[in-house]
Amino acid sequence: MEQKEIIRIEGLTKRFSGKNGEVVALENIDLSVNEGEIFGIIGLSGAGKSTLVRCINLLERPTAGRVFVNGQELSSLSDKELRLARRGIGMIFQQFNLLMQSTALDNICFPLLLAGVNKKEAEKRALELLEIVGLSDKKNAYPAQLSGGQKQRIAIARALANEPKVLLCDEATSALDPTTTRSILSLLKEINERLGITIIVITHEMRVVEEICSRVAILDASHVVELGSVQEIFRKPKTAAARRLLFPGKENGAAVGIGERLLRIVFDGMTPFEPVIANMVLACGAPVNIMFANTRAIEGKTVGQMIVQLPESEEAVSRIEAYLNTQNITFEEVKEDVL
Amino acid sequence: MFSKEMLKLFLEGTAETFYMVLVSTLAAYLIGLPLGVVLVVSEKDGIRPMPGLNRILGILINLLRSAPFLILLVALTPVTRAIVGTSLGSTATIVPLVIGSAPFIARMVESSIKEVDAGVIEAAQSMGASPMQIVMRVMLPEAKPSLTVGAAIAITTILGYSAMAGFVGGGGLGTIAVNYGVYRYQTDVMLFTLALLVLIVQAFQEVGMRIANRIDKRKK
Ligand SMILES: Nc1ncnc2c1ncn2[C@@H]1O[C@H](COP(=O)(O)OP(=O)(O)OP(=O)(O)O)[C@@H](O)[C@H]1O
Ligand SMILES: [Mg+2]
Repeated sequence: MEQKEIIRIEGLTKRFSGKNGEVVALENIDLSVNEGEIFGIIGLSGAGKSTLVRCINLLERPTAGRVFVNGQELSSLSDKELRLARRGIGMIFQQFNLLMQSTALDNICFPLLLAGVNKKEAEKRALELLEIVGLSDKKNAYPAQLSGGQKQRIAIARALANEPKVLLCDEATSALDPTTTRSILSLLKEINERLGITIIVITHEMRVVEEICSRVAILDASHVVELGSVQEIFRKPKTAAARRLLFPGKENGAAVGIGERLLRIVFDGMTPFEPVIANMVLACGAPVNIMFANTRAIEGKTVGQMIVQLPESEEAVSRIEAYLNTQNITFEEVKEDVL
Repeated sequence: MFSKEMLKLFLEGTAETFYMVLVSTLAAYLIGLPLGVVLVVSEKDGIRPMPGLNRILGILINLLRSAPFLILLVALTPVTRAIVGTSLGSTATIVPLVIGSAPFIARMVESSIKEVDAGVIEAAQSMGASPMQIVMRVMLPEAKPSLTVGAAIAITTILGYSAMAGFVGGGGLGTIAVNYGVYRYQTDVMLFTLALLVLIVQAFQEVGMRIANRIDKRKK
């Protein structure tokens, strides 16, 4: 299946020179994003995620390397051409960044007026966008009168006003509660499906990626350390950085009981979740201790994983492994440090 | 309490003071507002960095601001005479008032604009706004409440300056206070003028704050 790439990043390096020397925020990043996909970039705080996304619309100038959006190499453009190109790249932010002294409607009109659309035309389009984000009744409200989720919806409408091909989201849900996060994510997904806009989602939360992304890049200490489909990375994280992001609950420090050995069991959507462990325990007559569990719907399939602490007895362990094998369930023994 | 002539004098003095202060404030903003904008925009991490210009403007403004107004008033006499033809009276006083307050207005405008959330400016940049569009459509509208408070402070400061100008024949209430209170020891006249000045300052301050509060949409 041939896919058209809409963003290509080649050898991107970004260094900041500050008072206490140089900070390398990104080093030699290569990445490409296909048209129409929702691409996740995940990493811990300070990994360079914001810098990376800001290099895509050149809010930050790369120290080295090239960025192509829509076939245009942005850093080769003049200021004026760059401003034109930016209209094709929407962006939303963690702090929403709305004009606080303008109404919701005027906020959405803003990019249109910048682009030279006349006021009447702009308002008509803004009303349509309000409809899309489900806030038609709030057109005359000021941002201070809106909830976080509503503000982000207005920001999304504003970002869509000039019909961009790409939407960049920098921690767009990080200031929101879980329920609101889910509703914003489903709005983004809807926009992606309905309007065919390519979306890049920056986050430090795995659940955001799980919920909407098809592919993900893991950014750690200025480098892309893993890249692939969400399912792939979720099932077989290869790097310590990926595992850290997958198991954020480390500090819950589960009690060490039965044995030392840990087994990671992966559910790939083929098997129902709960009965597997219960059946296994019944069939093997050996207890396990559930250390970590996490299942979610990814692209229509239930995918999840669980870390269980194995019984002390070698014999019980091999019974469990045999049982899992007969059930065609993926598993691997893991070290303590994944938790 | 006062004779009819005195009351007429107060009335004329007040009118003259208003004239001086309002015209000066307006003219000082015509200079100070763009200056303040340029100060913000031309900064090292501003939206249109021009470090050289920024430096020169900064120094110039600081120089003017460090001169006490009374000294500026006297020092500017030749300039005033060249522009207005005389250095006496309320029209003449407008010249030093403008020159003396424009730099401080520029600084106030600068700080008001700097209060605007950098994220909003960045959002505008991400939408392809030009520096001029950012100034006109983001910085100034978003800073409006703060600019209004600044204007109230500016107007009352200029009022204070105009009263000082009374010592060198600047016209308005200041001159009345000096002529009657200082030279003729008519304390009651001086006190009454003072009360009028305080009242006017209060009124401007109050009105400014109220307008600022009313137009500020950050408050629910
Ligand atoms: N303007 C700047 N000047 C100097 N250093 C910077 C600048 N912007 C970012 N950095 C540095 O670059 C590194 C990456 O920062 P970045 O904001 O991209 O991280 P992030 O992954 O987005 O983190 P977070 O999840 O906290 O937002 C950090 O070490 C940061 O201190
Ligand atoms: Mg960030």
